Amino acid sequence: MIAKEAVEQAAYEIMFKAGIDIPDDYLAGIKQMASAEDGDLSAFVLEAMLENYEAAKEDRRPMCADTGVPRYYVKAGNEAKLEGGFIALEEALRSATARATHDIPLRPNRVHPLWRTDHNNNVGINAPEIEYSFEPDADWVDITTVHKGGLFGTDYRMLFPGDGIDGIKRFFLDGMIAFGKRGLACQPAIVGVGLGGSKDTCMVLGKQAACLRTVGDRNPDPKIAELELELQELGNSIGMGAMGFVGKSMVVDCHIEVGYTHTGGMPMSLHAFCLSSRRATVRLHADGRTEFRTDPNWFTPYMRRESVSWEMPASAKRSA
Amino acid sequence: MGNARERKTVRLKTPVTDADLAGLELGDVVYLDGLIYTAREGVYRRMLENGETPPAPFAEIGNVNFHCSPAAAQQEDGSLKVSAVTATASFRFSRWMKDWFAASGAKLIVGKGGMSEEDYKALFVPAGAVYLTTVGYGTGALLGRGINQVRAAHWLDELGIAQAMWVLEVEKFGPLLVESDLQGNSLFERNNREINAGIEKLYEGLKKPSLQRYGETDDREQELI
Repeated sequence: MIAKEAVEQAAYEIMFKAGIDIPDDYLAGIKQMASAEDGDLSAFVLEAMLENYEAAKEDRRPMCADTGVPRYYVKAGNEAKLEGGFIALEEALRSATARATHDIPLRPNRVHPLWRTDHNNNVGINAPEIEYSFEPDADWVDITTVHKGGLFGTDYRMLFPGDGIDGIKRFFLDGMIAFGKRGLACQPAIVGVGLGGSKDTCMVLGKQAACLRTVGDRNPDPKIAELELELQELGNSIGMGAMGFVGKSMVVDCHIEVGYTHTGGMPMSLHAFCLSSRRATVRLHADGRTEFRTDPNWFTPYMRRESVSWEMPASAKRSA
Repeated sequence: MGNARERKTVRLKTPVTDADLAGLELGDVVYLDGLIYTAREGVYRRMLENGETPPAPFAEIGNVNFHCSPAAAQQEDGSLKVSAVTATASFRFSRWMKDWFAASGAKLIVGKGGMSEEDYKALFVPAGAVYLTTVGYGTGALLGRGINQVRAAHWLDELGIAQAMWVLEVEKFGPLLVESDLQGNSLFERNNREINAGIEKLYEGLKKPSLQRYGETDDREQELI
C-alpha cells in the first residue's frame, strides 16, 4: 500500500528537483551545443546559461523565475495499491503544488483567464493538470512533474496526406522561425512533434514528446527516428541560435510521437520546451521506498499500444 | 568550451546618467548596482490609465524599470522572499512607454525580447532611454543572486505578486545585454536581418501546404513583434 503522505512528500520533492536541477541528459545536450556554437552572441548566451544552472544548483534557487505551469504525469502499475485511491493521490498532488510554490518559491503563474484571480499557489480550476498512463505487471506508481512555460513555442496545424514529409518540414520551419526570433521560445530546446490523433490527442502527444523523453532517445520506428534527426538538423540549419541571435543552436533534440488519425488528414503539433528543461520523476514502491530519477520513462512499449488480439469473424472471412 | 568572444562589460550604478547610456554599444554586457523597480501591466494601468499617484517617488527608487514578475513568496513574519527573477516579454508594453517615460523619467528598460526598432526610434530615442535584455532568458538564478534585498513591494495586495511594483536593491545584477542604443538601433533586428537572408533557401523544394490559414503570410521580413 502506498501511503497518501508519501505521495505528497515525494511530489513536493520533485517540484524542487524539477525547478532547480537541470536533468543530466539535457545538460549534456546543452554543453555539446555550446561547444559547437560559433555564433558569437549565441555562444555567450549558452555559457551564461551553463553558469546559471550551476548557480541554481549551488544556491538551491530556481533556474528560471518563470517557473512555468506545473503539471503531473502519473504512471500507475496495474497492481499498485494507493491509500485513499486516485482521489487521494490527486489531492496530494494539488496540496504538494501549493506547498512547493510557497517554499521554493515558484512564481504563482496560474490565474483565471478572464478575471486574472490568483490563489498564489499554482492551484486553481483544472490546475495543475494530471495525466495518467498505466503499466502492466507493476505495483509501483511513477509521478513526473514538468514545469513548462505556456506562452510561446507551441502550435497546431491540420495537414493532409498529400502534404507529406514536405508539409511536416514546412510547418516545423514556420514554427521554429516564428517563435525562435528574439528567443521568445527560449531555445535551444527539446522540440516535441505530435503527428496524427485528433486535434486534442495530437497536442497531448507532441507535448509529451517534448517533456517526457530524454535527449538522445529515438522513436522505436526507424523511419520516424530518422525523421526526428532530420528535423533536428533542419532546425539547427536555420541560422538562429540561442535567444534568436545568429548561430546554430536551436534544437537540442527532436522527438516525434504518433497516433492513428482520420484517413483524410495528417494533424501535426509542435512544442518547444525551454533552456531550463524542467522535469523530475519519482517512483513510489509498494514497500514504501521512493526512488528519484530524471528519465520519466513514459513511452514504454505498453504506452504506445499498437494493436489488439482480434480474430476476423467467420462471415467476413467468407466474403473476403 | 564555448566560442564567445570577449565582450565589453560595463557596471552601472543606478540611477543611471545620460553619460552612462551614451557609452553603451549594442551587444555590451551590463551589470547593475543600486535600486531597480518592476513595473508592468498592472502598474502601467493604475498610473497611466487610472491616474493614480506612484506608490513611491521615482527620485527615491531610481530610473531603471525591470519588466519582471519574480518567483517570490510572502513569509509568515510578513517578509518577502525573492529567489529567482527573470523578465517578461516587453513588446506588449510599447503602448504605454511614451506616457511611462514622461511620468517616471525611466532611462533604462530591462526586459525580455525587446521591442521593435520602430518603437525604439519613436519612443525611446526622444526619452533618451535604452533597452537591456536579460540573457537566456532563463538566467533566473544568476539574476536572483544579484538581489541583495527587497526594499518594498508596493500594491502587493491590489496587484498580486506577479504585477506588484517591487523595489529591489541589487549588486552585480546581470548579465544583461545592450539591445538598443541611444540612436534606437536594435541588436535583435540586426541579427534578424542576417538570419532572414538565409531563410528562403530552407524552403526551396518544399511544396506549399494544401491549405493556407487565414492571416498567414510568406513574407519572411515580417517581424513577430
